[in-house]
Amino acid sequence: MFGFHYRLERKAIGLVLAIIGVASIGGIVEIAPLFTIHQTVEDAPDMRVYTPLELAGRNIYIREGCYACHSQMIRTLRDEVERYGPYSLAVESKYDHPMLWGSKRTGPDIARLGGKYSDDWHVAHLNNPRDVVPESVMPAYRFLSRAELRTDDLSNHLKAQRRVGVPYSDDMIANAAADAYGQAAPDSPQAEGVAKRYGKATNIRAFDGKPKDLTEMDALVAYLQILGRLTDAAYKPMASAEK
Amino acid sequence: MGKEERDPHTGYLTTGHEWNGIIELNTPVPRVIYFFLSAAALFAIGYWILMPTWPLGTTYTKGLLGDDVRKDVTHAVKQAALDRAVWSARIEKESFADIQKDTALMEAVRETGHTLFGDNCAACHGRTAQGGKGFPNLTTQSWLWGGTPAAIAETIRVGINSTHPDSRTSQMPAFGRDGMLPRADIDKVVAFVRSLTHPGAKDLPADKVAAGKALFAANCAACHGEDAKGNPEMGAPNLTDPFWIYGGDAKTIEATVWNGRQGHMPTWEHRLSALDRKILALYLVDLRKPSP
Repeated sequence: MFGFHYRLERKAIGLVLAIIGVASIGGIVEIAPLFTIHQTVEDAPDMRVYTPLELAGRNIYIREGCYACHSQMIRTLRDEVERYGPYSLAVESKYDHPMLWGSKRTGPDIARLGGKYSDDWHVAHLNNPRDVVPESVMPAYRFLSRAELRTDDLSNHLKAQRRVGVPYSDDMIANAAADAYGQAAPDSPQAEGVAKRYGKATNIRAFDGKPKDLTEMDALVAYLQILGRLTDAAYKPMASAEK
Repeated sequence: MGKEERDPHTGYLTTGHEWNGIIELNTPVPRVIYFFLSAAALFAIGYWILMPTWPLGTTYTKGLLGDDVRKDVTHAVKQAALDRAVWSARIEKESFADIQKDTALMEAVRETGHTLFGDNCAACHGRTAQGGKGFPNLTTQSWLWGGTPAAIAETIRVGINSTHPDSRTSQMPAFGRDGMLPRADIDKVVAFVRSLTHPGAKDLPADKVAAGKALFAANCAACHGEDAKGNPEMGAPNLTDPFWIYGGDAKTIEATVWNGRQGHMPTWEHRLSALDRKILALYLVDLRKPSP
């Protein structure tokens, strides 16, 4: 049985080549499925990109470590589909750099949170989760309402996202700071530009109830209200399979 | 390189290496390892044939079983709906009044409604549906848009001040902030509104209440009604009952009149099926009844 191996051990170059061959099996097993990625990742031509305000909210979500307790991945299990909505598709995270699927659920999954609750609820809940959900163990994030949102670096954030494949236009990158302000101030002159650049379906409203101030609360609520709303692709396979 | 010899004690061969008279046994790999190795290899081959595994350029081997978790979950959800069909078909078809008369159906409504409410509504309205500041208590007789099952089902469908095209809309103006009433007049209106639920309270002088009543008739009665009992057509709350969404103390009422209120309930038309919404409406009407 080991005759071949005994002979191989006596040839240095042969042994090195054999080691490289065996060690690369693990890599091939991980890489080869990507050759058929067009088969497994769905198309979503209607996919929208995150606005600068939503992207800023996403960065706050990462900064505060929300992903440690909340997943953004509805699995293909009946109880999850019945509780949260259609299972998550790969294409829905197309513009997520990095992805925030998460793997631990201390809190509920929030992949389809967008539009489920009102802005007022999100603000009340982030200020003190116990005010609306008495049994909650989530920390309070009161400071978000007081923290002014930093917008001067937003253009660079958009630029970095474009590097990794998110189709932001030069126009979007140049106006990132103004768009972040306009999205949370519906009556401001900047608000029109947001709808023009990011589409009519964009949520433009005073997320924290105060149109004059642009706070981190505005950004985070704007992000939470768009979760699962960038594309309707997830609703199609379920519907077509039912027929 | 030395010579491979058979060790007299164990009967195994040596490696043939020798270091200062020390020689090394070449003990063969135990048979059980060969067994598990080949069993694992056989399992892998079987798995490759049965399940989707190998990528082939632009496609992949689908496997003889045609396994697909997406199909599985869709099937499971459909099967669960079929299992419920015994009673859910009747809920879909029958009128609210007929369902409420049927104790067996209402039992199903209570069970399913509780889960639906917990998953979707409890975040705002609370697990016991008693609401909180800014989120209405659903266990009272006081309903902004009507408390019949049909009215509740419609509110769930379109939402309030939501993005739905048929959304129920009620925007109380900001009487103070937008300069429609001076601060002194708002004080009087607040005194009148408080007198409705606290008749004869010491801090509410009769002349102030009377002045407030006149202001109320001129500014507020259009929505809240002459008798301040509200109007479910416009979602205007009844101000004479003890139930308040934002609070019934002087400070909160003043803040409400000064800044206005534009409560928001999302539309559930795309998130919940017509059946789910009907069950929820029946569940909420049932909650208000004293338990049998």
